[in-house]
Amino acid sequence: MSDQHIEYAALLKRRHRISTCFEWVCRIATGSALLFLAVLLAGVIWQAWGWLDIEFLTGFDSRRPGKAGLLAGLWGTSWLILFTAIFTVPMGVGAALYLEEYATDNRFTRLIKLNLSNLAGVPSIVYGMLGVTAFVRMFGMISAADGWTLAVSLGFGTLEIPLPLGRCLLAGSFTLSLLILPVVIIASQEALRAVPPSIRHASYALGATEWQTIRYQVLPAAIPGIATGVILALSRAMGETAPLIVVGAMSYVAFTPGNLDTPMQAVQDPQRVLDAPFDVFTSITIQITNWIEQPKEEFQNLAAAGSLVLLILLVVFNATAIVIRNRAQKKISW
Amino acid sequence: MSTASASSSDVTLSRATSSLHRSASLVRLKEWGIRSLLFLCAAVSILTTLGIVAVLFSNAIYDVSPRQVSPNGEVRTNEAFFQQVSLTEFVTETRWTPGYTEKHFGIMPLVCGTLMVSGIAALIGLPIGLCSAIYLSEYAARRTRSIFKPVLEILAGIPTVVYGYFALVFVTPYVLKPIFQDFLGFDVGVFNAASAGIVVGIMIIPMISSLSEDVLRSVPRSLREAAYALGSTRFDVSTRVVVPAALSGIIASFLLAISRAIGETMAVTIAAGQTAIVTSDPLNSVATMTSYIVNVSKGDAVIGSIEEKSIYAVGLTLFLMTLVMNIISQFVLRRFREVYH
Repeated sequence: MSDQHIEYAALLKRRHRISTCFEWVCRIATGSALLFLAVLLAGVIWQAWGWLDIEFLTGFDSRRPGKAGLLAGLWGTSWLILFTAIFTVPMGVGAALYLEEYATDNRFTRLIKLNLSNLAGVPSIVYGMLGVTAFVRMFGMISAADGWTLAVSLGFGTLEIPLPLGRCLLAGSFTLSLLILPVVIIASQEALRAVPPSIRHASYALGATEWQTIRYQVLPAAIPGIATGVILALSRAMGETAPLIVVGAMSYVAFTPGNLDTPMQAVQDPQRVLDAPFDVFTSITIQITNWIEQPKEEFQNLAAAGSLVLLILLVVFNATAIVIRNRAQKKISW
Repeated sequence: MSTASASSSDVTLSRATSSLHRSASLVRLKEWGIRSLLFLCAAVSILTTLGIVAVLFSNAIYDVSPRQVSPNGEVRTNEAFFQQVSLTEFVTETRWTPGYTEKHFGIMPLVCGTLMVSGIAALIGLPIGLCSAIYLSEYAARRTRSIFKPVLEILAGIPTVVYGYFALVFVTPYVLKPIFQDFLGFDVGVFNAASAGIVVGIMIIPMISSLSEDVLRSVPRSLREAAYALGSTRFDVSTRVVVPAALSGIIASFLLAISRAIGETMAVTIAAGQTAIVTSDPLNSVATMTSYIVNVSKGDAVIGSIEEKSIYAVGLTLFLMTLVMNIISQFVLRRFREVYH
């Protein structure tokens, strides 16, 4: 064997050793990310152990850790997400339909698309600042001191809308809606793009109009994809804290929005449902933040228990999204 | 006879077409209405951007119609932040004390805190994210990838307030204190930039690994096979062929992740504290731009006061910083993308 060969063989061995080392570096990196996740979840569960019980879920916040509960936050978050969904879904899907089905490739369309990708990168706290100025104070057009109430009488109760809105639940929902709107639009666009053009052509060939094609062919085919995107976006809204703090969520509330404590009361006293959107509010995340900041040691356990409830809700949301996606994939075959 | 039948069929035909015309114009009106409605939905996103810009501009830079406010009896004009504070002071002053009697408005401490936290986050998140992207794309079997990728994405779905809790209750007392205080003898504060940076770093791992893995996998197989045919090891293929080919996408994912770290709020507010000073010590409390906004919003700053206006100036700085990062990332992606056929 010549010197060159020996040298090459030695070098080759070294190169393979480097390659193996690199593979292990990459493995360890991935493993450490998974380890972080495991430690985080284990830590939260360990701290929450024994604190997450039925009294925690049915009681109001208290200065005494043993008696404090998450009920106000649970109702607050539920209302917030409900209204956010009501505003975001039609608006987001509508915008996606316009961009995918109607818009021609002109300057305005390009502006909207560029704008969407930039909006998705705006920090959530900036949305909070928009919310507090635009919704809570309504740009100061009506000063809070001489604000007035718009009363709309419905058959079963009166809808009392304060102007400006003030630090109410609806202002929080509006803010969260704007925050997740770009996410919903982008996800819906992808779902619409996945519907093959042949479906549309077939519908047009039968004499259907643009809207008929969308309503009866495109939308039904895209709904599983849209639903997945919407649920994921709503679960992001559920975990948001910063914009709600800026909009003015209460860190300590001992009642639920509209004093509606059980779903049964909605039927017995519909007025409470009408009051809820304009009431002050808190959320699960706000209550967690508040507990973290308390000096007493036991409040840290409450924060962990609250986090665990939030994580369980998120898991349920995400699992629903996955189930919808998998079922749709099985059903549709083009 | 034949003419009569022809004319009668003409009449019915014209009746049919005219009714068709009438309904056609109605249908057209409805189509136009729906189209306009959907257009308005799309325009909401533009309105949101305009709203953000208008809110930040009118409170931070120039208020078109400042009003007289008199909350505590003292009458003053509700002007925008930069109508009361000069831009020079904002940029060059090194103290940030809008809440004190002696007021200084230098953004430097807040920017310094933000950069320190996102710097630590980048130090942790970027290498781990990139390495796990390389592992998932180049080494892992398909089955492993299909399990690991969604599990990693759980990290991205955990609410930031939980990360903040984790930093405060676990990272500081069980990781930083034993290493830096008991072993190396430094002083570790209850609130510190390091713990916040670490959890924000963990938070951005899935973002980098997921985006980078997508671009790594879009590098065509033929390039890898060519490199193997020349006698490359896996390390050579990964670092000299695949990563350079996907560099634009990787850099774009880095920039997006750092922009996310800059805008991250709750983890930082909870774990990093609120001491607005220019410092290079990551083991003590710092204030970031986002945590300052949260703390003023939580406090009882009078609406229209300079302290309340200052959050808009900070918000504007934050908005511009993240916007520039996002635009650069999109530019890198478009300008330096390698296209393979």
